[in-house]
Amino acid sequence: MLSLSEQTRYQKHLLLPQFGAEGQEKLKAARVLVVGAGGLGCPVLLYLTAAGVGKLGVIDPDTVDLSNLQRQVLYRTDEVGQPKVLMAVTHLKKLNDQVEYAFYHQALRRENATQLIQDYDVVVDCTDNFTVRYLINDVCVSLGKPFVYGAIHQFEGQVSVFNFRNQDGKLGPTYRCLFPQQPSDLTVPNCAEVGVIGVLPGLIGMYQASEVVKMLTGVGKVLTGELLLVDVLENTQQKVRVKRRPDAEKLIFPEPGAELVNQDEPSLRSITVADLHQKLEAGEDIFVLDVRNLNEYDICHLPQAVLIPMNTIPNNVKRIPQDRPVVVHCHHGTRSANVIQYLQQNHGFRNLYNLEGGIDAWARQVDETMAAY
Amino acid sequence: MAHPLTIALFGITRDIVGASSLTLSIEKSTDVDSLLDQLRAQYPRLTELNSLLVAVNSEYAEGNQLLKKGDEIALIPPVSGG
Repeated sequence: MLSLSEQTRYQKHLLLPQFGAEGQEKLKAARVLVVGAGGLGCPVLLYLTAAGVGKLGVIDPDTVDLSNLQRQVLYRTDEVGQPKVLMAVTHLKKLNDQVEYAFYHQALRRENATQLIQDYDVVVDCTDNFTVRYLINDVCVSLGKPFVYGAIHQFEGQVSVFNFRNQDGKLGPTYRCLFPQQPSDLTVPNCAEVGVIGVLPGLIGMYQASEVVKMLTGVGKVLTGELLLVDVLENTQQKVRVKRRPDAEKLIFPEPGAELVNQDEPSLRSITVADLHQKLEAGEDIFVLDVRNLNEYDICHLPQAVLIPMNTIPNNVKRIPQDRPVVVHCHHGTRSANVIQYLQQNHGFRNLYNLEGGIDAWARQVDETMAAY
Repeated sequence: MAHPLTIALFGITRDIVGASSLTLSIEKSTDVDSLLDQLRAQYPRLTELNSLLVAVNSEYAEGNQLLKKGDEIALIPPVSGG
């Protein structure tokens, strides 16, 4: 059942006869993973958030760069240097707090891809390199998941829905049915090398978001069995029909050592200030780790916090417990995310949570008597 | 008898050829593979592409498909940008 506020928020969807409350409920029940929070990822994330997808995951290892802002419209100039996934989710939450978000500040790799993708219904390929594109294809084919492909080059883009099961039960083509072998990133250059017009990823990403909504709700005809080619210079669009190759499943993971490694690698988990407040009030045994500098600690701090400034963490790892939950915080949540990533990757920590919005969020939402800076 | 064929180019093939389309004269009973051989001889950098989709009349074409007069050909390479 949609709540009253959801009925208002999604009113224009509900008015569409093909869509209605039923379509909206289907969106709400769906889990979508967006791989890449760059040019294509930004519009995809914005529109899927606005549309009311139930759970939205985003994975990207990058930080915001000034040269991204010409097309990556989720980010702001003062966010240069911050992890993209953190900034993306911060903004998306303000757009729609009824969506459940998960973010992973890391690259999609052979070691984590299966574990991650199996928790989602649909994957959106918004990456910028062939290695990850082929990895998405191969993992989705092995897990039987559909994925929405988008790719751009200068003034032209490609869109298709791959490995999609039609109503007749037949699977549509995969990425390898079109391009069986992975080209080297050197022979086919990416945007970083040859440039791209800023509006193009917006346009192509919007096609991807539209396909996601259509396939989840069953509205319209999904772009399967066809590759859409868009050229903004000439304003042309064409579709090329493609069939699934009978050996589509045999084409995946052609490299030696193709068996999947199922490593238990945790992503960045987070906790809100409200949740932390509640748990501390309830007397839960939580170690609160403050990774700011001493001068910041002097302005304000949580009474139970242990101060270990970020740059001294490597020498103080032994002081951080591994046998109970540890909530790590800084001013806004970026330094603490970096500390968590370091501790997880280098010291095998599995009990760390990032305090969303840092002590600043605490000062604004939990304890208004606390000094904010 | 030879006849002209127009080939639409996409992605990096556009950069390699230096135009968005090209016209080529082919012999009768040329198939997709021999068309590609002819193009690679003329534009050696095309050889570097180990995956290249050829569409004939907006449909994925296998290497042994014979080309007819008036066929619309497109060379579509994979594109990596995002």
